[in-house]
Order: sequence, then structure tokens, then C-alpha cells
Amino acid sequence: MAQTRTIEGTTIFEGGQAMKGYQLNKMCFSFNDPENRKAFLADQAAYMDKYKLTAEQRAALASGSVLKMIEAGGNAYYLAKLAGMLGLGVQDIGAQQTGMSVEAFKQKLLDQARQ
Amino acid sequence: MARIIGTLSTSHIPAIGNAIARGQQNEPYWKPFFDSWPPVREWLAREKPDVVVFFYNDHGLNFFLDKMPTFAVGAAAEYVSEDEGWGIPTIPSVKGEPKLSWQIINGIVEDGFDPVMCQEMAVDHAITNPLLLMFPDAKWPVSIVPVAINSIQHPLPGPKRCFDLGRAVGKAIEAWPEDKKVLLIGSGGLSHQLDGSRAGFINKAFDTECLEAMVTGVEPLTKYSALDVVEKAGAQGVELMCWIAARAAMQGEVKELHRTYHIPISNTASAVQLLSHTRAAETAKAA
Repeated sequence: MAQTRTIEGTTIFEGGQAMKGYQLNKMCFSFNDPENRKAFLADQAAYMDKYKLTAEQRAALASGSVLKMIEAGGNAYYLAKLAGMLGLGVQDIGAQQTGMSVEAFKQKLLDQARQ
Repeated sequence: MARIIGTLSTSHIPAIGNAIARGQQNEPYWKPFFDSWPPVREWLAREKPDVVVFFYNDHGLNFFLDKMPTFAVGAAAEYVSEDEGWGIPTIPSVKGEPKLSWQIINGIVEDGFDPVMCQEMAVDHAITNPLLLMFPDAKWPVSIVPVAINSIQHPLPGPKRCFDLGRAVGKAIEAWPEDKKVLLIGSGGLSHQLDGSRAGFINKAFDTECLEAMVTGVEPLTKYSALDVVEKAGAQGVELMCWIAARAAMQGEVKELHRTYHIPISNTASAVQLLSHTRAAETAKAA
């Protein structure tokens, strides 16, 4: 399970991360169903109990930090469902993770057309 | 016998579906991407494919980490577009082509692959967006066969394995005794990364290398590992595997009919590429 290669600014979602993040990702997967989204928004703590989120995962969600959610085993494809529900777009998330303003992050994307 | 008439590869960025739903195709941000489609649609109207085989990746709609297949082939009579959780509209269901599904499954198992076989499969934006781009009226004149490639849980199948998968699928399609025209789709990409402090990473040089290889042949890309692709194309740029598999299925004469590459759509380097295919035996006959 050990990750043998480091890629800058990137968490490889290998076996170890998949095991660590299982509960969090399972909860996010449940958000495909609108009834579950409603239940989460109505009582987040109870919903996290139901999916047996770890203390680290709860703290990551409470902090709102996507980098912490990834560290707690969250996977981008499942976290996207949570982000969507909270009204965050991919540029908002990109800006947050890179420590930029949303405008600066959008500019960074545009600038890469001139590589 | 069935014929592979070409490969249409396209980005499937979720925001495309939302832009279609909001009618934003002519807004300056969107125009460069949507303008690539009319010539593709003209070609589709002329060539009239019967079946579309999608090489795509599921984004946490049909598959979860409890059972995550490396490769999965749909064998359903109908595929349903379902709620993905973040607001993209669903589309009308699309018919399957079970006979071709089993032809592909039988063929690739014979060739050493171990696919998961799915008689029910919900399909996400990786299939719905390309369908809407091809047929904006949402009246599908084609049936489909989805071939899913894991892009979520590492270890991912790398370029070499996906190349071989594409070869095996292509061989199975061309051995199908039905007189049908089959279009392949490589869905996803190109370079992009959504997660981590490298979010927003785009690599125009690598994308250009890949787009060129799609024309001349994707064998040279098989020198890269899956992690090489993560490094060069970004964490979600691994959707490139779908392009590689689709291109590898074509072994005859390939011509590039259309290419659009535009940075950015959302956080992604978007691309649309249409390749026509005449199979080796027919090229020889014509000569």
C-alpha cells in the first residue's frame, strides 16, 4: 500500500488513502440521492454519525478545508458531490487549495493557454 | 460485418452540461468549445453511425469503492442518466446494444481481460455530455455500449494496458457479423487537476503530444506509466486512458477531420478531435 512516488501537490488515491477515507467517501457517494442531501443538510452531525466518520474527517469537514478533507482520505470525485451541495464550484475549490483568490485562480487557468 | 467508422474524442467537463442547460453556447467563454461541434454534427449526419462504443470513466455514480472494477462493460438494454449530486440535468435514457456488448465481452475475455459485466448501469456526464453535444435535440439515433475504465482508485490501468484493451475491443467489434457502423468515443481530458495544491494544473505541451499521437498512432504513449500520466496530465488528466483505448481500437487508415484545443473550460484544457477510420482490408481493396 505504500506510495513509492511523490508528485508535487498531488495525493495519489491508492489503497491506504482509500481505506482511510472510506467512510467519508461513502457518505459523499450517498449524496447522489436527493433525499440523502436533504437529510445531511437538515442534521449534519446525525448524518456523519450514520456514516461513522472518523474524528479527523469530522474536523476536516468542520474546517471547510478541501486539503484537509483530502488528507483525511477524501477523493476528488466523491468530494465533488459535497462541494456541489454546498454551492462551491471547481474554481472556488481550486482557489482555496492553492491559497489564491478566485479571480487569481481563474487568471492562472487562462495564463496556461500561453505556455 | 460491423465497421468502425471513426473515433470522436471529447472533453466531458460537467460545466458543459450546465452551459447547455442554460443556453450559454454563444457566450464568449463557451463559444470556442461549442463552435467545434457543427462540423462534427455534419459528419455524423452524413456517416450515420448505428452504435457508439464509449470508453469513459465513471465519476462516482455507478461504481463505489466497495467494488471498483478496473474495466467494466455495459450489457444493458437501456442506460439511465441519474442524479450526480451537484445539479447537472439528467437526459433521456439511451438504448443499449446488448448483442455488441456480449460480442465485446466475449472477445476481450478471450484476449486476456477480466471485465466486470453490467446488466444495469447508471451513466454520468462522461456519457451524457458527449451525447448532447452530438445530438442536441436529445433524440438519440444511436444505441450505445459503455466501456468503463477506472480513473478513481489507484493503481489505475496505465496507457499500455488501456492500449491493449482498445485493441481487443476493436478486434471484437470488427468480428461482429452485423452490418452496423460503429463510432468510438474517447471521453474525458485533456490535462486537468481538481484536487491538491497543484489544482488548476494544465500541460499544453503534453496535450499537444497526445493529440498528435491520436493521429499517427498512440503506441508511443504506452511508454508512460499511469503515474507518469498523473504527473504530466494532472490527477484527473488520467482520463486520457479513454482516448488511448479508443484510438488503439482502430488499426486501419486514420484521418484527422477536426481538432479543437482550448484552454480553459472550467479547470480543464478542453479538446474535441474527430478521426475517420477505414479498416485495413478495405484500404487494401481500394488500392
